[in-house]
Amino acid sequence: MNTPMNTSSNVMPESSVESQAIAPAHIPATRRMYWSIRRELWEYRSIYFAPLAAAAVFLFGFLIALPHHMHGVKTLEQAHEALDTPYELAAGLIMGTAFIVGIFYSLDALYGERRDRSILFWKSLPVSDLTTVLSKLTIPLIILPFLSFAIAVATQFVMLLVSSVPLLGSGLNIGALWARMSFFHMSLMLLYHIVTVHGLWYAPLYGWLLLVSAWAPRAPFIWAFLPPFVIWGLEKIVFQTSHFLAMLQYRLIGPEPSSTAAPHGTVMEIISALTLAQFLTTPGLWIGLIIAAAFLFAAVRLRRYRGPI
Amino acid sequence: MTVIEARGLRKAFGTTIALDGIDLRVEEGRILGVIGPNGAGKTTALNAIVGLTPYHGELRVLGRDPWTERDQLMRDVCFITDVAVLPRWIRVSQALDYVAGVHARFDRAKAEGFLAKTNIRSTNKVRELSKGMVAQLHLAVVMAIDAKLLVLDEPTLGLDILYRKQFYDSLLNDYFDGRRTIVVTTHQVEEMQNVLTDVMFINRGRIVLNCSMEEFQSRFLEVTVHPEQVAAARALKPIHERQVFGRGILLFDRVDRNQLAAFGDLRTPTIADLFVAVMDHQSSPSQAAAQGTYQGAAR
Repeated sequence: MNTPMNTSSNVMPESSVESQAIAPAHIPATRRMYWSIRRELWEYRSIYFAPLAAAAVFLFGFLIALPHHMHGVKTLEQAHEALDTPYELAAGLIMGTAFIVGIFYSLDALYGERRDRSILFWKSLPVSDLTTVLSKLTIPLIILPFLSFAIAVATQFVMLLVSSVPLLGSGLNIGALWARMSFFHMSLMLLYHIVTVHGLWYAPLYGWLLLVSAWAPRAPFIWAFLPPFVIWGLEKIVFQTSHFLAMLQYRLIGPEPSSTAAPHGTVMEIISALTLAQFLTTPGLWIGLIIAAAFLFAAVRLRRYRGPI
Repeated sequence: MTVIEARGLRKAFGTTIALDGIDLRVEEGRILGVIGPNGAGKTTALNAIVGLTPYHGELRVLGRDPWTERDQLMRDVCFITDVAVLPRWIRVSQALDYVAGVHARFDRAKAEGFLAKTNIRSTNKVRELSKGMVAQLHLAVVMAIDAKLLVLDEPTLGLDILYRKQFYDSLLNDYFDGRRTIVVTTHQVEEMQNVLTDVMFINRGRIVLNCSMEEFQSRFLEVTVHPEQVAAARALKPIHERQVFGRGILLFDRVDRNQLAAFGDLRTPTIADLFVAVMDHQSSPSQAAAQGTYQGAAR
């Protein structure tokens, strides 16, 4: 009984009596959600490190290539053209990185906690399975897109600043260039792309990955990607059609012709071709959201039954 | 107030029956030790109580159905199942932040007070801590939660004796206040003897003994019988007999103390002694059928 734990035993009971007297504060659901999301950011630091690293690598490359790009630039037209492609690339690279992080995150989100047995700790706290699954969904659906958007815009801004320097001596009107690049408008289009494609259009994709993550007894990666291959193969052999593959392509590439990977034309041009009204009336969007909701519902139910593996 | 009430609690995994009709009632302010061999159904019972597993039969914990109302139940119930379930990536300060963020009954200052008495620093990550320190951290977090029911499933498994001693001491001195209820399973039966107010033996999914420690002490007696009186002692139907240094030690249930004193030295058996006796009893079916004492004694 002479353990050091004893020393405070005459203090602690008092404090526990006090905390008893005060009725425990009600914790709103939003606060539980907030802390659950913070928890994900603590655990998966690649959520912000990976897009930041992509931005840093790109900026580094851009700086090295800058003299080459700016060589012989005499007119505003040329300056615009010289900057346009790197802009697209920067946004594409950062968002692509975030997309890949989102895939790997979603696959591990409900699997990792079972593998390291920490699910027993999380389940001992008053956070529902619904809150947990939704908090994990917000990472690829909301956090990653907006984070990559912010990083992309910041990167583009730095690029614009840096590329203005060599032009200073050339006598070109920097203000006119900035106006022509229409930085604000471009950012807005990028945001539109991120919200519609990464947030809404890809929702069933993340829903599927989270479901597999909640269910898989092991190797969630294989369970996530093998079934589509099997379905595609079976359909090909049995019906000699490839509707499933077409459906997947439609989901990945999006309602507009090749929205993410645009060899010609800019992301902005393609997206502006599809107005918000058109996007919102695409049946594929709503079908996708319904499927996403079904996947998530199943993931929430599954997590109730799941223990450590 | 009744904290746990179970009637006909059943659970099967495929063809294996883990819980075979458990009736249980735990009142407020008790410290119940659940003791049984491996695979007896202890963990399944505890998992059902904290809403980790679905079950058949009736079960109420603090008046709630643990399976369908787990979220609300966890506001008043806390559990540690198994050591080392804290995620390895988390920092001590983050663990406290998170629990404080989601748990209304968590007293952060109290948890920090417990941690101040250990070698754990708030900047440590769980992966940097030894197994014993992880258990200390988990206990510090759990003890700072003002829960009505605390469920501990093998909380000290794999820890050395110093940590185990400290674990039970702090549980009793700093946590238990007579209103809280604790249910604990363990294989370290001897270390728990002085901690418990109630003891329950469980085997093959059934309760084989369930009594308070006062009842335990008044009911069970062990007699080191003089060799010439063994036959007379056996006539009083001991529930178990063992040989130590050539002398028979007989264990009796509800036999008059004065009557037994004539046969030799009396002592109250340890929980471990009784456990071995009851489990032996269970494993020899003919005897069990003949006496059936423990089925009858089970509530």
